[in-house]
Amino acid sequence: MKKNESYEEFIKGIWRDNPVFVQVLGMCPMLAVTNSAINAIAMGMATFFVLVGSSFLVSSFRSWIPKQVRISCFIIIIATFVTVADYTLLALVPKVHKELGAFIPLIVANCMILGRQEAFSSRYPVRLAVMDAIGMAGGFLLALFSLGAIREILGDGALFGFDLFGENFEPWVIMILPPGGFLTLGVILLFFNWFRFKKDEFLAEVAAAERGGN
Amino acid sequence: MKNKDPDLLLFHAPLLRQGMTTPKAMRDVLYALLPATGASVWFFGLSAVLVLGACIAGAVLAEWFFDNGQPRGASLGDASGVLTGLLLGLTLPPGLPMWMALLGGFVGISLGKVIWGGLGHNLFNPALLGRAFLLATFPIAMTTWVPHGGGGELTGVYASNLALPFMQTGVDGVTAATPLGMLKFDQEVTPLTHLMFGKISGSLGETSGVLLLLGGIYLWLRRDLDWRIPVSILLTVMLFSSVLSLIDAARFPSPLFSVFSGGLLLGAIYMATDPVTSPVTPRGAWIFGIGVGVLVMLIRVFGGLPEGVMYAILLMNAATPLIDRYTQPRVFGRGADSS
Repeated sequence: MKKNESYEEFIKGIWRDNPVFVQVLGMCPMLAVTNSAINAIAMGMATFFVLVGSSFLVSSFRSWIPKQVRISCFIIIIATFVTVADYTLLALVPKVHKELGAFIPLIVANCMILGRQEAFSSRYPVRLAVMDAIGMAGGFLLALFSLGAIREILGDGALFGFDLFGENFEPWVIMILPPGGFLTLGVILLFFNWFRFKKDEFLAEVAAAERGGN
Repeated sequence: MKNKDPDLLLFHAPLLRQGMTTPKAMRDVLYALLPATGASVWFFGLSAVLVLGACIAGAVLAEWFFDNGQPRGASLGDASGVLTGLLLGLTLPPGLPMWMALLGGFVGISLGKVIWGGLGHNLFNPALLGRAFLLATFPIAMTTWVPHGGGGELTGVYASNLALPFMQTGVDGVTAATPLGMLKFDQEVTPLTHLMFGKISGSLGETSGVLLLLGGIYLWLRRDLDWRIPVSILLTVMLFSSVLSLIDAARFPSPLFSVFSGGLLLGAIYMATDPVTSPVTPRGAWIFGIGVGVLVMLIRVFGGLPEGVMYAILLMNAATPLIDRYTQPRVFGRGADSS
């Protein structure tokens, strides 16, 4: 049973409650830094580190954090991890760090991270909190990567900087620009909603058939 | 013996029928565009057919693909998809690769119409939205103009039309500038007769001003368009450029040049008058037209682009709900303050 429980917390972040495609949270980094796959991955990894780390700490300290000042406590914990991520990226991949620019410090303000602390980590034991964080951050990373990959393939004809179409490729300039982020995200959200709609329809049909059978 | 013949006939409203339906109105606009379409084929040959065909195919494909009606394809019947495709095609450069035209038609219908809830619910003109998307996506291909043909070379195809999907053309074709581009960047004025009868380079539908006006008159006679919108747009543009050419005739274009150059006639007659995206009240129509005219001239004269009809109409489309709200006629018998 216990194993199932943590698996549930993990998988809901990846798919059913995906922070980007279902909850539509964390839009700022989502739209701003996904103009190439590598930027998206770097942003996703940084967010992953911050979310898992702060969920672990918040969950561990949940009985000591006073309810009245919990938001400030969460923010301080998150900001600590963001600072660590910021300097790590600067040391390891200075080029990517420069391209992400102000959006790394802005991870502090990512409502998905604060939302997980408030809604989940501060109420559940460490194991579940970490599984939830891994699921949510994994879902966020997946979403960032799919957006970044689509935009880089159409906008540059490349993936991770490797040319895919040869030199005669006509780049879709709009995909690299901010509107491309909105368009791509909109199309993916459309697909997700359509999928959920179809699934609900299917479940309703199954339920109706079962009622009829009995 | 007609015992069924009653003394009193009872009907419920509506008692008057106009006989005008959406498919009829759409077909009327298509007929009105026929001369200009013919001219585009005359001047640019088979290329025009390819680009226009690809646009229409893209638009119809999107309409069919996203159609929620039963059976699928039910919304194709009103011909609005074909009209959007044709209008979009007429605003494109003749040498545009066909796959881009197809994409433009598809995006125009899907992002410009279907996503808002279908015909009658869209905020922006679908054809212009498709063009705006293409211009933002392929800025080079969308501003590469082929030189004007002498006319009559019906089998001519530009190599760039046939580029493979996702590819640009390897060949560097001969390019030319549009009259507005020449005015803006080279200070060169094109003679008015060329503008009127099509001896210019430009997008497919904007070459012949006279034929566009002809179609507009047909639509006006058929009561398919609100005459206030094109009239107010054209008058505003003429007034604006008259004032400018009084200030400095060498730098600014003459009023007639302003009216006949670029996509102004096409936009003013066929796109700004889209009944879905323009105000319904007469006062609103005047405000809308004046707004489009002022924006066109501001973009043309003071902006970085040579042509601004598309953005002017799209911007005023966005303002249409607001205009409609503030120009509601006073309900009879109510005070001026209760609205």
